[in-house]
Amino acid sequence: MNEHLIVRVVTKLLVPFVLLFALYVQMHGDFGPGGGFQAGVIFATGFIVYGLVFGIERLIKALPLPVLLFGVSGGLLLYAGVGVASLLAGGTFLDYSALDSHDPVHGQHLGILLIELGVGITVASVMTAIFITFAERWHR
Amino acid sequence: MEQIIDLLLLLLLIAMAIAMARLTNLIAVAILGGVYSLVLSAIYVLLDAVDVAFTEAAVGAGITLTLLLAAISLSVRRERVRHWPVRNAIAVATCLVVAAGMFYASLEMPAFGDPDAPIHNHVAPRYIEDSPQEIGVPNMVTSILASYRGFDTLGETTVIFTAGIAVLALLWRWRKDGQ
Repeated sequence: MNEHLIVRVVTKLLVPFVLLFALYVQMHGDFGPGGGFQAGVIFATGFIVYGLVFGIERLIKALPLPVLLFGVSGGLLLYAGVGVASLLAGGTFLDYSALDSHDPVHGQHLGILLIELGVGITVASVMTAIFITFAERWHR
Repeated sequence: MEQIIDLLLLLLLIAMAIAMARLTNLIAVAILGGVYSLVLSAIYVLLDAVDVAFTEAAVGAGITLTLLLAAISLSVRRERVRHWPVRNAIAVATCLVVAAGMFYASLEMPAFGDPDAPIHNHVAPRYIEDSPQEIGVPNMVTSILASYRGFDTLGETTVIFTAGIAVLALLWRWRKDGQ
């Protein structure tokens, strides 16, 4: 779709705002609707639209496979790591209250922030990776 | 007023479902599926389930549509129409029987928003009363998903991880020489 001028300009304008909105949904999930899963999907949609308009090669240049693989497994490891950290801090698995020895509510906030981040990273990487593997096949 | 909007949206859903079953242009079917999800998310907003509506709009109308279009572009654009009168009759009859069974079962369900419904008397009161002190997060849905039901969400993330790894293992061109 690289030859359509209007699509190209509008995409260039919109993609940063899509990614910014995804960050907002990611970080604001405690207060409004949304959370890691939705944010990850919006992140992936931003990347996919970029890849559709400017070509898969440029998307792969921005997000190489090692980075995507790191995200796919890193997000899940972060989630499980929070569980292990709360085990080490003296609580049960995924009991975030143990993460802060002074105020259990602060521990809960920290735990929720981290696991939502893990969910977001995994979902965004998986969706983008699935799209790139499909799109790579067009060029054969 | 809200009931009229509900009714219009539900009628729109039925019309779109019939159109999707009858169309043979697969791109049009995929896009109608995305619109279907968007209308469905509007219904969820009317039911005050904003988190579910958000997920439906982002996943159903956003990413699923994009991935379906990507899959169609690798396959054929048009469904081959075959005439199988007996098979079609069996399929329609199965659908009607299942739908009738579900309608019959829904008669037993408690009225929408009924405070005595079983779902409101199990763990929900505990979450509503204690989560502001225990978790301290204004969005109660997040506190349930991320903290009370943290194991479930870990499992869901693992499912997505497994799906991504499976697609990468099957489809990714690991060698540059086009093998």
